Amino acid sequence: MKRVQFSSPTLPYLFLLPQMAVIFIFFYWPSVQAVKSSFFLEDPFGFGSSFVGFDNYKGILESAEYRSIAGFTAIFTALVTFFSLSLGLLLAVKADAVIRGSSAYKTVLISVYAIAPPVAGLIGMMFFDQHMGPFVRFAALFGWDMKIGLNYFDTAFAMVVVSVWKQIPYNFIFFLSGLQGIPVSVREAAALDCRSGFRRFWTVILPLLAPTAFFLFVINVTYSLFDTFGIVDVMVKDKAANNPITLVYKVYMDGFRGNDLGGSSAQSVILMIVVFVLTVFQFRFLERRVHYN
Amino acid sequence: MFKKISMAAMAASFSASSSFAATNITWWHGMGGRNGEVINEVAQKFNAAQSACALTPVSKGTYEEALAAGIAAFRSGEQPNILQVFDAGAATIINAKGAVVPAEDLIKDAGYKFDRNAFIPGVRYFYAAADGKFVGMPFNSSAPIMYINPEALKKAGVEAPKTWEEFEAIAPKLKEAGYIPLVQSQLTWEFTENFFSRNNIQFATNNNGYDSVVDTKLKVTDPNLIMMFDKLKAWSDEGYFKYYGAGWNDNQKPFEEGRVALWIGSSGSFGGLKKTATMPFSATFLPYWGAIKGAGTHSFIGGAALFAMSGKSAEENKCVADFFQFLTSPEIQKFYHQATGYVAITEAAYELAKKEGYYDKEPVAEVGIKQLKLDDGEWSKGYRLGFYPQIREIMEREYGRIFSGETSVKDAFDTIEKEGNQLLERFAKTAG
Repeated sequence: MKRVQFSSPTLPYLFLLPQMAVIFIFFYWPSVQAVKSSFFLEDPFGFGSSFVGFDNYKGILESAEYRSIAGFTAIFTALVTFFSLSLGLLLAVKADAVIRGSSAYKTVLISVYAIAPPVAGLIGMMFFDQHMGPFVRFAALFGWDMKIGLNYFDTAFAMVVVSVWKQIPYNFIFFLSGLQGIPVSVREAAALDCRSGFRRFWTVILPLLAPTAFFLFVINVTYSLFDTFGIVDVMVKDKAANNPITLVYKVYMDGFRGNDLGGSSAQSVILMIVVFVLTVFQFRFLERRVHYN
Repeated sequence: MFKKISMAAMAASFSASSSFAATNITWWHGMGGRNGEVINEVAQKFNAAQSACALTPVSKGTYEEALAAGIAAFRSGEQPNILQVFDAGAATIINAKGAVVPAEDLIKDAGYKFDRNAFIPGVRYFYAAADGKFVGMPFNSSAPIMYINPEALKKAGVEAPKTWEEFEAIAPKLKEAGYIPLVQSQLTWEFTENFFSRNNIQFATNNNGYDSVVDTKLKVTDPNLIMMFDKLKAWSDEGYFKYYGAGWNDNQKPFEEGRVALWIGSSGSFGGLKKTATMPFSATFLPYWGAIKGAGTHSFIGGAALFAMSGKSAEENKCVADFFQFLTSPEIQKFYHQATGYVAITEAAYELAKKEGYYDKEPVAEVGIKQLKLDDGEWSKGYRLGFYPQIREIMEREYGRIFSGETSVKDAFDTIEKEGNQLLERFAKTAG
């Protein structure tokens, strides 16, 4: 392969500069600001501020409310990741086997991905509306008096359903292309060795899909933690009350709506740490089990 | 982190164009839909009425978003001349000494006379300093009132209640007639803040927070307030009251469908209700407790006020004063009142609308004003509590738990008082 040579040693850095500038301005600089303001209690208009050390962190970690939101976020993330990955995989495996009309089938599944999260939340909210939601009426047939916005569990259920529904197409696309990347020769060889389709899937197809699955796992965890914000916002209709919310939504409520800059900065620093730990864990422990070739 | 980025983006994207010779002033607000259009119409009227100033209104989304945008802009020196701030955010902006020029000073400096008594009583004090000086200019104002389904009352053979005692007496009959007797839309505004104002009970120490931010404490474990919520819970168990969650519309809907006898909503709700309600309706004052001594005073105003932000040239401030003057003139107040359903905030505008016979046509439009014109009580003037939007969130959470049976009324208010006081203590530190 031919190596690209730069005539001047500074030129490559010059090419890197725009990207670095973007990362610096939109990521590092705000992060440093967040860390800094997490140690202060500040009047939002910037007139007075007092240094409070770790008080903001202490207040958050001592709050039973924050801990219960963190607990919900963990369960929510686990459920959404699990169901959106497994359902996406199931649909992809089935779609892979379809020969006639496969593109129509795929388009129908993929198109859901084009829906923006708040719109998905809005559609979900209509389905689960207390007074006219079809899902609520359906649940009532089984004696389940579903009360979204009133009952903690019911709202959590609706949030998980809508978040999973929104994410399935994304997983579907990647799993499907992963499946189609598995060489026919490998499949045929496997078919000669083993009659059970289920066993072939577990021992041959799934390990070959592992890099895709790992990538999707990382993406889905991030999705559940952060990108579900719009869904949560619409589902609780701006009023969290006693409904379940995620940690990101709590940052928004305290910082953007409550103007508590110190407290919400401390929360976002805690979130950054969580994401950092999660990323290290994923790459150190999970990626080792993934074979790329 | 996200906030800072959006703040910078907002500040950058905004720059006033100056194509006129007139002095340009800007007005950031948090109103959408029809109410946003009316703001544009008011600005057009102002611009047409004079040529020295050109006012540009800019919608910044919701109330919260408008306040956040205003704060971000202020920190980067790009603040608008006028910022609309909602009731619960009043302490945030008023306690930031130096962020705003008090409306009263601004108007007097511009050479106008300023008469506090020209405003109706319920409006006078809410956005004012402890000594009564107007800091914010009251703008869109509303009161919590009780909407009535006359069909339901007729079927049950009862009269609309003035007090909660009367409600308690007629509730079984309303239920028997096949209606949900009572529904409300915002427990914080209608049954907490305005419970204190209508029953003339102290809400917080330090003169409801007006005197100082230091050591201000909530008094929500007041036995009367606990009694109110014990009653609500008991009524809910009996089927006399139904709670559909913290969402406003989830609670309004059953009333629109004619399934509810009495609904506590906003004085501004009637315009929308005329389109959506399936039956005729009327309205009366928010009930109070006859047993509480001194009860029956006027309610706090809900809605928002306009604040003149500091750091602007004398020329621009003069224009803002001109606009405030224009906005409170009887004709414009009347126009705004009739176009939006918010109450008229000056006596003169009210008289003008009355003389025109507006309230013969729209009797419900008068209920909120009349309620705000009731007697002044020591504790009906207002409250000034920092981080109040978050305190409301704590209340909403605990109230939800009361009605889902997860907590008792007593425990809920203990929690609200404890967590609320922690927030107030934190707020006092932000000013330090």
